[in-house]
Amino acid sequence: MKKNKNINYKIFPDKNGRFGKFGGRFVAETLMPLLLKVEEEYKKAKNSKKFKSKLKYYFESYIGRPSPLYLAERLSSKLNGAKLYLKRDELNHTGAHKINNCVGQILLAMQMGKQRIVAETGAGQHGLATATVCALFNLNCVIYMGEVDIKRQAPNVFKMKLLGAQIQPVKSGRATLKDAMNEALRDWVSNVKDTFYVIGTAAGPHPYPMMVRDFQSVIGDEAKKQILKYEKRLPNYLVACIGGGSNALGLFYSFLNDYDVKILGVEAGGEGVNSKKHAASLAKGKPGFLHGNYTYLLQDPNGQINDAHSISAGLDYPGIGPEHSWLKEIGRVKYVSATDKEALSAFKLCSKLEGIIPALEPSHALAYLIKNSKKFSKKDIIIMNMCGRGDKDIFAISDKLGVKV
Amino acid sequence: MNIMINRIEKTFEKLKADGDKALVSFITAGDPNMEKSEQILCDLPKYGVDIIEVGIPFSDPMADGPTIQKSSNRAISAGSNLSKTLKIINKFRRVNSKTPIVLMGYFNPIFQFGLEKFFNSCKKIGVDGIIVVDLPPEENELINVYTKRYGVHNIRLITPTTDKKRLRKILKFTSGFLYYVSITGITGTKKPSVLEVKKAVSRIKANTNLPVVVGFGIDNYKQAAALNKISDGCVIGSAIIKIIESYKEYSKSKISKKIEDFLIKFSKDNK
Ligand SMILES: Cc1ncc(COP(=O)(O)O)c(C=O)c1O
Repeated sequence: MKKNKNINYKIFPDKNGRFGKFGGRFVAETLMPLLLKVEEEYKKAKNSKKFKSKLKYYFESYIGRPSPLYLAERLSSKLNGAKLYLKRDELNHTGAHKINNCVGQILLAMQMGKQRIVAETGAGQHGLATATVCALFNLNCVIYMGEVDIKRQAPNVFKMKLLGAQIQPVKSGRATLKDAMNEALRDWVSNVKDTFYVIGTAAGPHPYPMMVRDFQSVIGDEAKKQILKYEKRLPNYLVACIGGGSNALGLFYSFLNDYDVKILGVEAGGEGVNSKKHAASLAKGKPGFLHGNYTYLLQDPNGQINDAHSISAGLDYPGIGPEHSWLKEIGRVKYVSATDKEALSAFKLCSKLEGIIPALEPSHALAYLIKNSKKFSKKDIIIMNMCGRGDKDIFAISDKLGVKV
Repeated sequence: MNIMINRIEKTFEKLKADGDKALVSFITAGDPNMEKSEQILCDLPKYGVDIIEVGIPFSDPMADGPTIQKSSNRAISAGSNLSKTLKIINKFRRVNSKTPIVLMGYFNPIFQFGLEKFFNSCKKIGVDGIIVVDLPPEENELINVYTKRYGVHNIRLITPTTDKKRLRKILKFTSGFLYYVSITGITGTKKPSVLEVKKAVSRIKANTNLPVVVGFGIDNYKQAAALNKISDGCVIGSAIIKIIESYKEYSKSKISKKIEDFLIKFSKDNK
């Protein structure tokens, strides 16, 4: 990992929405005026005391923030004695980090007078969080979800319906997250007047990558305070799983200028990054344009986007947020991967050792640590983002393990 | 604005002299396969089409409805891509040196092909303009030098959400003609309101001398005739793609005949 102490890693995006050369606004003209408006309103909100205090109120009273930072002693014993702290965003209302961003964006949507919310979802966690906040604020909610994901995340589909959301199954492509995002964008293009698109990860056109990062950065802000309180020092490592990259940036952002903290992002290795079935866009992709931004993408030589693969619906995306592409190129964050199999073992291990059933997504982050336990030592402190709980995954996993639930 | 004279200017000049409006049609290169697509492309001018938009297939056409999505998928399955798209245009140019060709698509396939190589090929082969759907004026810098260097018109979309300030910004980077998107939405889904479109097009025309064509959701000649009272032409996209979809198993000459039957009405009423 390169160390460059002269760089301020927190100055991006620039006014064109670029993180270095990544990011930007690559959308159809119909959406441009609205994107500019969202950006303008977000700037206002960011500096508004009223908005900030509302956000704080819902973070604390509705989501249950701050989430604990928990020393996982039994898992630590598997990591060559390094101290593993779990940032427990899985304890948030609705069971993942996603709701931090949903509350933020939906408060903004209301400030803009929008009555109808659309969102894409993969694992269903972002859809669930969006549906939840829409129920809270009495807004119409339409969730786009790939048919494949509807099957593997059935509990979340049921919950979203209970909350009053309309689920739009997406059949196009491989019927997963990328395709759901296409459909949500098409809906937005068709309903710009009354609709706000709540993007669930730090991707999409500017200002979304910035906005989502900002709303999620509460994770790292809290973790920093907590670790300083418990250990009187910063951690040696941060680690998080990467789908589009929102939970990871959420944890990383506060620490980007703490140059001695090593940062690891774990992509979904699927059946192996050297197979064709994975979702490791940074490891194996090439920069290109999709969903409104310039970033690393899994694609063929003709620029057609390839299908991603991961056991975890939330990581099953052929792109990645543009800020990660930049952090990779500049060398501030090291990006690695864990396979389906490794994630599944970590999932079981975490459940047995800590009494915490993790979601499959953060199981990837844990899997990487376990796999590389020898690299750590007693002197190390690691913070891992436990960004979701496994309730949504138990049916899909029991299927895999051949157990009938 | 660029001062370039190519087939596009010549076509609009001639239409104007004849008191005619442009019939613009859209097909995806390689739908339903390369061979049939080439035939359709070569036949379109015979059916009264004045300008042809050729779609570059893309896996994730964000601004397109189901009809063009499926068309793009059929083309990709048939092995189509940007270099094959350029190949069939090259063949088209051997039999037709007059009809303007406008390539329409998304930025990623063009970017991966290589921008310099792409625009150079456009010039060599005889592509007169491009429409990059997901490249707003804010990102125009990426292609600006190439469109100028190789004399390819940078045609832009104006939509019902474009306000006056943006209109000026768009006009700055547009040449050839303007494409007014008649609905707030994706291709082939809603029907345009003639009244609204007329208002919008007159507003645009008050700001520019460029020809304005109207597209998205036009599928019958009455609608086209009404819109042409104010616009300089209409684009027929999804309606032609639907014919290709319905008759994709037919021989290439039979598909072409079906398109002729459909388009002939437009020509009669327009001309
Ligand atoms: C629990 C959980 N973690 C991680 C992700 C991946 O998204 P991101 O990389 O934006 O955090 C998801 C996405 O659905 C998720 O549900």
